Amino acid sequence: MSDITKQSLSELVKNIKNKKLSSKEVTKAFIDRSEKSKELNTYITENYSIALDSAKKFDEKPNLDLKLPGIPMAVKDLFCTKNVRTTAGSKILNNFIPTYESTVTQNIWNEGAILIGKLNCDEFAMGSSNETSFFGNVQNPIDKNLVPGGSSGGSASALAAQLTPITIGTDTGGSIRQPASFTGTVGLKPTYGSCSRYGIVAFASSLDQAGPMAQNVKDCALLQEVISSYDDKDSTSIDFKRNEYSKELTNNIKGKKIGIPKEYRVEGMPKEIEELWKKGIEYAKDCGAEIIDISLPHTSYALPTYYIVAPAEASSNLARYDGVKYGFRAKGENLIDMYEKTRSEGFGNEVQRRIMIGTYVLSSGYYDAYYLKAQKVRKLIKNDFDEVYKKIDAILTPSTPSSAFKIGEKKDDPVSMYLNDIFTVPVNLAGLPGISIPAGHDSKGYPLGLQIIGKAFDEQNILNIAYAIEQKINFKNKITDWWIK
Amino acid sequence: MSIDLKTIKHISKLSRISVSEQKAEKLANDLNSIFDFIEKLNELKTDNVEPLTSIAETTLKLRIDEVKSKNLRNEIIKNSPQENEDYFVVPKVIE
Repeated sequence: MSDITKQSLSELVKNIKNKKLSSKEVTKAFIDRSEKSKELNTYITENYSIALDSAKKFDEKPNLDLKLPGIPMAVKDLFCTKNVRTTAGSKILNNFIPTYESTVTQNIWNEGAILIGKLNCDEFAMGSSNETSFFGNVQNPIDKNLVPGGSSGGSASALAAQLTPITIGTDTGGSIRQPASFTGTVGLKPTYGSCSRYGIVAFASSLDQAGPMAQNVKDCALLQEVISSYDDKDSTSIDFKRNEYSKELTNNIKGKKIGIPKEYRVEGMPKEIEELWKKGIEYAKDCGAEIIDISLPHTSYALPTYYIVAPAEASSNLARYDGVKYGFRAKGENLIDMYEKTRSEGFGNEVQRRIMIGTYVLSSGYYDAYYLKAQKVRKLIKNDFDEVYKKIDAILTPSTPSSAFKIGEKKDDPVSMYLNDIFTVPVNLAGLPGISIPAGHDSKGYPLGLQIIGKAFDEQNILNIAYAIEQKINFKNKITDWWIK
Repeated sequence: MSIDLKTIKHISKLSRISVSEQKAEKLANDLNSIFDFIEKLNELKTDNVEPLTSIAETTLKLRIDEVKSKNLRNEIIKNSPQENEDYFVVPKVIE
């Protein structure tokens, strides 16, 4: 079968269960295609030979009751993988070999999947274009010199280019949904506390969530079912009844009340995005949903709030990188000099910028004016959502204010880069689940996404709505394999 | 407000990141444009708003304090940039 990599996760699982394909055939197919796709620069670390051995072992004694039987998979290099290098896209972790496994990846291996490699991402997940990675830019398979979005840019690119059938990312302010939107794939940011943060390189602990990325909503639901679990190794993990999201998936969304927030109609938004949104609203209506105009009055304050809260938490989380116990160390004349040079040479510009913002807003004399203020506004943003959710079930918005942009286009203007996350950041601040699904193309042929935001712990509902709308849209990604010689 | 070079030096010291003169100027520019953007929050009156300190509305659970991983000393030490037998080595701190 030459078209193995074109198959969706559900098809691959079915074919392995029916013994039409072996794990080794599938694993080899994705590795071969990955080998031919080096120009995309999606991998930081390859795990090919170990993966092939694991696939062979799986085939010798296949457990076909598992949810991901012998399925190869590459993951974002922010998840610690035992004995496999984990860099977080940073020079400072360039040679770090974890002695433990993240809970989310452990859940995946427990269901039979096989690690084929670690995927590129913005350094410490700080970026919206994958341009801050120490390991270089990632190409978007949609077009040459186009960013795949970020921070889960390597994940989105590898998924869209069919180098991995499914993948996982992390989302602190839009890092799953924005790259999904830029590459014509599906990405879910679960409710805060749904997926364990244990073993994920920390960026901003009150916002970080791991989530699934897939070719379609059904595959996304299955992967969410696998990775979501209560974990006593993460003190913010929440013990709630988790659905079997893929089994309970339905396109019957009749009578669901979907809110359209007027504040998301931002100034300067391209007409194509406005039209895409209208189209989404029509599709939801066609499926029997009721459309309700709503207001989330503090939306425009979400990004400024985020750029206090996230750097503040980052400055604290990244204090651990001191060149002593692991990672890169620069030579210094004394201990302090060694710390300062290690962090100056080991972190890239964006990470340093954010550590400095965070240090400043937490420093003596400025804490109340910035950090406390931001926590108060965060409360107002959450209250906005609590208020509208008294009368609606979900919210429909565009995923991003534009389609993918060119590599280098926004690199020197941090604020313009930050504006990419204008529609995704409020969801993280309020701890809610949000999913981006591909919904159309712009005039350049680049994909555009729609976002569905749910109530906390209501992943099933937004997956159902996404599933229903997906069937109406019937989106096809336009990928020409231009990078394969 | 404006972040000057003196403030950059101060933050650089607090965050233990050495910054050259040239880089300090670029950082001051970047931080000023980011803080101009953040200042928008001052439009809001928040005197009577409770700060949101945790998004997970749950009380922290207690668990038994037990060792779950086996002795990983060698693997952990292997990750250090400089070690001597069972110790992490750092530049001399006591004269």
